[in-house]
Amino acid sequence: MTKLLMKGNEVIGEAAIQAGCYHFFGYPITPQSELVAYMAKRLPEEGGTFVQAESEVAAINMVYGAASAGVRAMTSSSSPGFSLKQEGISYLAGAELPAVIVNVARGGPGLGNIQPAQSDYFQATRGGGHGDYYTPVLAPFTLQETIELTAEAFRLADVYRTPVVLLTDGLLGQMMEPVVFQQSSTPVQTESHNDWALQGTGGIRAPRSVTSLELNASGLEKRNLKLQEKYQLINQSEQQADVYFAEDADWFVTAYGSVARTALSAVKHARSEGVNVGLIRPVSLWPFPTETYSALCEKTDQILVVEMSAGQMIDDVKLSVNSSVEVVFYGRMGGAVPDPEEIFDVIIENAKGVPKK
Amino acid sequence: MKAEIIIAGFGGQGVMSIGQVLAYAGMHAGKQVSWMPSYGPEQRGGTAHVSVVISDDAVDSPIVSVPSYAVILNDPSLEKFLPKISTNGVLLINSDCITSEVERKDLYIAEIGASSIAAAIGNERVSGIVLLGALVQMTSLISREDLTKGLADVFGGEKQHLLAMNEAALQAGERAAEINFTFPII
Repeated sequence: MTKLLMKGNEVIGEAAIQAGCYHFFGYPITPQSELVAYMAKRLPEEGGTFVQAESEVAAINMVYGAASAGVRAMTSSSSPGFSLKQEGISYLAGAELPAVIVNVARGGPGLGNIQPAQSDYFQATRGGGHGDYYTPVLAPFTLQETIELTAEAFRLADVYRTPVVLLTDGLLGQMMEPVVFQQSSTPVQTESHNDWALQGTGGIRAPRSVTSLELNASGLEKRNLKLQEKYQLINQSEQQADVYFAEDADWFVTAYGSVARTALSAVKHARSEGVNVGLIRPVSLWPFPTETYSALCEKTDQILVVEMSAGQMIDDVKLSVNSSVEVVFYGRMGGAVPDPEEIFDVIIENAKGVPKK
Repeated sequence: MKAEIIIAGFGGQGVMSIGQVLAYAGMHAGKQVSWMPSYGPEQRGGTAHVSVVISDDAVDSPIVSVPSYAVILNDPSLEKFLPKISTNGVLLINSDCITSEVERKDLYIAEIGASSIAAAIGNERVSGIVLLGALVQMTSLISREDLTKGLADVFGGEKQHLLAMNEAALQAGERAAEINFTFPII
C-alpha cells in the first residue's frame, strides 16, 4: 500500500472519486478551494463531470439535479458558502435525495475570517435550512479517517436517501499527512435508485416526479411523518463515537474533529502526569452518540467539553448525560485554535484531587 | 522519538516547501508525520510558518506549541518563536536575515549565513535548503539519504529543473555546519 502525503481538501476529493462520485459542483472559497481545484483536475481524467458553478446556490441546485438522476453527487464550501446552500439542502431533504455536502468550516459569524472554527455545529446538526429535517453529519479527525467517512457519507446518503454533511475545518483542510487509499479492483457498488430516479421512461413506464412540493396539508404531514420515521431509524442505527482510555479513566474530556486531536495530545500529556482522564470523540455529530455518553455516566462525574465555538456541542452532551455529571466547557472562537499546552492546562485545572500546577 | 519542528519566515522564503521536504523525509524514514501551515493574510508580508511533526507514534496534534526544533528566517519569527522552543532545543537561524540577538543560553544554536551561501550557488531562494543541509549535518533528526529522497519528492516532476540547485544547496549547508560548528551531534 502506497502512502501518499496529501492535503486534507484533496483527500476528500480523491476519497469521493474512489467512493464512486463522478459528479461535483463547486465554487471557490478559502479554506476549501483546493477541493474544487482537485476535482476540476481529476474528474475529467475519470470521465466524470466537474462544473464550476456561478455561485454556491447554483452548485447545490446542480447537486439536486444530478441526484434526481440517481448518481452520486457532491458539493463543498466553507461556512459563509455553506449558509448559502441551506435552502438547497432543505429541498434535498424534502425530496429525499442522496447527496454529500462538505463544509470546511472557518471563523464566523458573517464573512468572519478564513481560520479554522467549529461554530457551524448548530447549523449542521439541526438541519440548517427550513422545515423539520436533519442531515447525518460526520466529523473526521485525521486524513485517513476522512477517506473512510467520505465513503461512509455516500453510503448513508444512498441507504437513507438523504443529504449528508461532512464537517471538517480549515485545519484539517489545509494540513498534510500520509494517507493510504485501499485500491479496489472492482468498481464501487452504488445503489441504482432505478425505482425512483429520473432516468427516462424509455417510453414504457409512467413519468415520475422528484419534488419537495406537497400543497395538500395531510399529504405533507404524511410525508413529514415518513421523514421523522427515517430520522428515528438513523438515530438508532448510525451513532458513531470513539472512546480513549475508557477502561481506567475517572473522568472525560470530549471534543470532535481537529480539536479532538489536540485534546488527545493534551489527555495523553495529563495521563503522563498522573491525571486519570480519557477522551470521548463523537464521529457522527448527528445522530449524536448519546448512547456512548449515557453508558459512561456511571463512571464519570465530570465531562470537559472543548470546542472552537462559544459552546454548541455542549448542549448535546448535556442532553446525553444525567444531572449527576457536571459538564464544563472550554472554547476558543473566531478562528483561534487551542494548542495542546492550553488544553492540558485546562485539564489540570479541572482535575479534581490532582495538585494544580 | 517525536520531533516537533517550526519553520518560520517571510512568505516567499520557501518556508512551506522546506517543511514539505522534512515531512517527506520523515515518511521515508518510516515515521508518522504531519505538516500544518499557517495560512491566510499573515502569509502576505508578515510571517508565515509551518509546523511539522515527525514521530514514531501516530501524530495526535499537528499543532506545535513547544517546538524542539526551530528554523528561523526573519526577525519577527525569531521574536515570536524563540520563547517557545523547548529547553535543549535546536535553533537554526539564517543570520543574513536576522539582526536581533538570541538571548537564550539553554538551546543548541547555529547561525548560518544561508542567504549569502545560496547566492553564491546561484539563487538566494534556496537559502532554506542550505539550512536543511546544516540541520541534517548537526542533528540526527533525519538521515541525509531520506532528506535527498524528500527533496526529490518536493522538487521532482514539474520542478525537476530545481533539483540540481537544491542538491547543491544541501551540500553547501552541510559544509557550513561542518566548518563552523564543533558541538556534539545531537
